[in-house]
Amino acid sequence: MSKVRVLVGTRKGAFILTADGKREKWTVSGPHFAGWEIYHMKGSPAIPNRIYASQTSGWFGQIIQRSDDGGKTWIQPGTPPGEPTTGPGGMPKGESNKFVYDTSAETGKPLTTHQWYDGTQHPWEFKRVWHIEPSLAEPDVVYAGVEDAGIFRSKDGGKSWQELSGLRGHGTGPNWQPGAGGMCLHTIIHDPSNPKRMVIAISAAGAFRTDDAGKTWKPINKGLHSQYIPNPTAEVGHCVHHIAMNGTRPNVLFMQKHWDVMRSDDAGDNWKEVSGNLPTDFGFVIDIHAHEPETVYVIPIKSDGEHYVPEGKLRVYRSRAGGNEWEPLTKGLPQKDCYVNVLRDAMAVDSLDKCGVYFGTTGGQVYCSANAGNSWKAIVRDLPAVLSVEVQTLR
Amino acid sequence: MTVPPTAKIRIILPPHLRGLAHVKGEICLDVVGTPTVRSVLDALEATYPMLQGTIRDHVTQQRRPFLRFFACEEDLSHESPDTPLPDAVVSGKEPLLILGAIAGG
Repeated sequence: MSKVRVLVGTRKGAFILTADGKREKWTVSGPHFAGWEIYHMKGSPAIPNRIYASQTSGWFGQIIQRSDDGGKTWIQPGTPPGEPTTGPGGMPKGESNKFVYDTSAETGKPLTTHQWYDGTQHPWEFKRVWHIEPSLAEPDVVYAGVEDAGIFRSKDGGKSWQELSGLRGHGTGPNWQPGAGGMCLHTIIHDPSNPKRMVIAISAAGAFRTDDAGKTWKPINKGLHSQYIPNPTAEVGHCVHHIAMNGTRPNVLFMQKHWDVMRSDDAGDNWKEVSGNLPTDFGFVIDIHAHEPETVYVIPIKSDGEHYVPEGKLRVYRSRAGGNEWEPLTKGLPQKDCYVNVLRDAMAVDSLDKCGVYFGTTGGQVYCSANAGNSWKAIVRDLPAVLSVEVQTLR
Repeated sequence: MTVPPTAKIRIILPPHLRGLAHVKGEICLDVVGTPTVRSVLDALEATYPMLQGTIRDHVTQQRRPFLRFFACEEDLSHESPDTPLPDAVVSGKEPLLILGAIAGG
């Protein structure tokens, strides 16, 4: 019997929602890590019971948690309680919450600066992990997208982390700048047909791609047009909010930019706008149907100054044509007096035969559609503000 | 050979860090040599390695900005981390408090 496990990160803890394949009756577990911000949780495709979580706090910094039993119990991988912090040779043991930018001349450029809000240069400062992306095939390999923007990799199940400094050392770093939410690397996508290829996105620098497993990166922002930056078609500086890929067609990418919904048919080398008839093309989330790669979902948000859904109506928009033509999906969603936001990592799809679509709101609701968006039900209504939603399909 | 003195230092952590370290209430640690904020934090992190990076930065060893250190109703946050702790803390009469800034509006 298939089942689904929905991993929900919130402002005040993590929640795990489980149901069988019908997705009607749900069990809610949590809060895990009560009181802490859980920016993201994601399961390993190689070992689904292995789940990584980014636990963070403005007071106490970054913690990485790992579960090997589907979220029942958790450990901080590098630092089990009571163990000494150094090994027999006196070398430091793995420290799972230690994210230090690589400044060595051998592997990357010395720590440079990026652009600050006022246009001056500002040193890179680690703040938190926004997104965790486990390897598709190797359960001990996992990537972390961090603020200030950088990408780290662990090869030991989250015990220790090393920066892939070729990204930050790419040379355009001094032109990257933070958005209102910080300068974060929030999207990491593996290409299932090419283990050396990854696509990442940064607010506000844009999208980048590696074709050599993270050694070198190139900006892939051609076709993006951002009126809020001095050069609207600059190589970097675009505020990309999220990117989605359907693994069966890895060269096709869909992007929700600050404003504009975009599409690329060549792995990001070129983009074209597909906002079409959306009521507003501002938004954060974007995702793709598991079995219909031309079916795309977005949730339009009124504007960058008014971060809530337009007209007080919570509407998911679906395109079955790969963009441009969008239909509102409203059945089961509030259609008056609703002023929630849906943040960039807070939408996911399962891979059951009838594709399930999930999203979480800043009002604490997590909605599920078990029929590809035709109708919706709230799994839970009153969680803390939802930061991220991921779903695992368990067979 | 002279064995350096060991002091039993009482420490009160903020609730989030007690949860992270899986401890309840106050904790008590043996600190070798002259107890200072640095030596107490060294002992704390050696016993509870999951606290590394949560009170002071991994690299710079600077106190995290939303945390402060108090003892005997005195703010020790801006003292040198190598300043000896007050006698009442060394004797175990008073704890070293690690406090987080108050959240809320």
